[in-house]
Amino acid sequence: MSDGNATLGVRELSSRASVIDIGGDVTAASEQALTDAYTKASGEFTRTIVLNFTALEYMNSGGIGMLVMLLVRANRQRQRLLAYGLSDHYRQIFELTRLDEAIHIHASEAEALSDADAT
Amino acid sequence: MSGPTDPTKDPAESQAELPRDAAYWAKGVSALELGEVPPEAMNLNVTGRRVVGPVQGFGKMWQKTFRVELTGVDVTPAEVISTWKSSFQSFWPARNWFYGPITGIAPGEVALLNLALPGRMKLSTGVLVLYADDESFTLMTPEGHMLAGWITFSAATEQGVPVVQIQALERTNDPLYEFGFALGGNRMNTKFWVQTAENLARNFGVEPKVDTRVICVDRRRQWRKAGNVWHNAAVRTFLWRLAAPLRWLGRPLRRRRDAETH
Repeated sequence: MSDGNATLGVRELSSRASVIDIGGDVTAASEQALTDAYTKASGEFTRTIVLNFTALEYMNSGGIGMLVMLLVRANRQRQRLLAYGLSDHYRQIFELTRLDEAIHIHASEAEALSDADAT
Repeated sequence: MSGPTDPTKDPAESQAELPRDAAYWAKGVSALELGEVPPEAMNLNVTGRRVVGPVQGFGKMWQKTFRVELTGVDVTPAEVISTWKSSFQSFWPARNWFYGPITGIAPGEVALLNLALPGRMKLSTGVLVLYADDESFTLMTPEGHMLAGWITFSAATEQGVPVVQIQALERTNDPLYEFGFALGGNRMNTKFWVQTAENLARNFGVEPKVDTRVICVDRRRQWRKAGNVWHNAAVRTFLWRLAAPLRWLGRPLRRRRDAETH
């Protein structure tokens, strides 16, 4: 229940894809900020939202819970969530929590976008 | 960011690059391994199982939050969590057992659960300590458990008042459990955690008033996960208990076979 200190930015790459740049601390307290970022990233024709974790500094189990909530919202809108920029540590957490089975992890933004274009 | 095992880096330098949360997460757990358990415990459906989160579950997704204020108690969040970790079992409702690791609740540890079900049935399953820091800890369930997800126990000080919280994010694991949830299992599960929060508050000398919030986050069932029923721990525990007379009859044969092989 620590205070949220996440920094979130949104970049619209096309009408079908947006990137959410996630930095700082992601905890349960980041819920509102993540929801706002998702709303901004999610246009009428958006099919893919890419999460950029390059600047992520801290994440607890509450933060993982927030990502699951984001995933539910995206699924409801028939959108895909992709991720890149995860350090080895956070990649392992994605694997441990088996979040990687729903949010595909990529090495770079270009690779994630190429995956998005392919579908 | 370089990984902690980068051979080109000085170990101390690599250590310094680890995120602040690195020590709090379980590491390298692909399948659960249980340590020693008391002889009276029923040890089934844990060893070799993989953990499952809300992504792998079958039923509707629920977020359940239980909060209780420890008004008038002079205690820090870390002290609350320390007490909770060390006496976790004692706050559970009667007839439910949490056989925690000897080393206590720490990241990567596995605990055995023997839970009471309606009709005097029992369920043997387990949990992984997914995350644990000074002010919170999270348990994640394995295949076969009634729920796929995680539950976080945390404490904080809000406007000078210590507050404890239990928050679960979960789906039932398979169609059988989902049916049971619809027939009262969901209500029983909610009651279980309300009682736990009440027991914890009473431990600190507070007459508890638990604020409960239950939200159905996703109403859709994940039918492609219906095959999870293969691991159903309730069914497996029931069959294991049903086969007790056969195991009892077979015991002399096994003893003779063991004597011959040694």
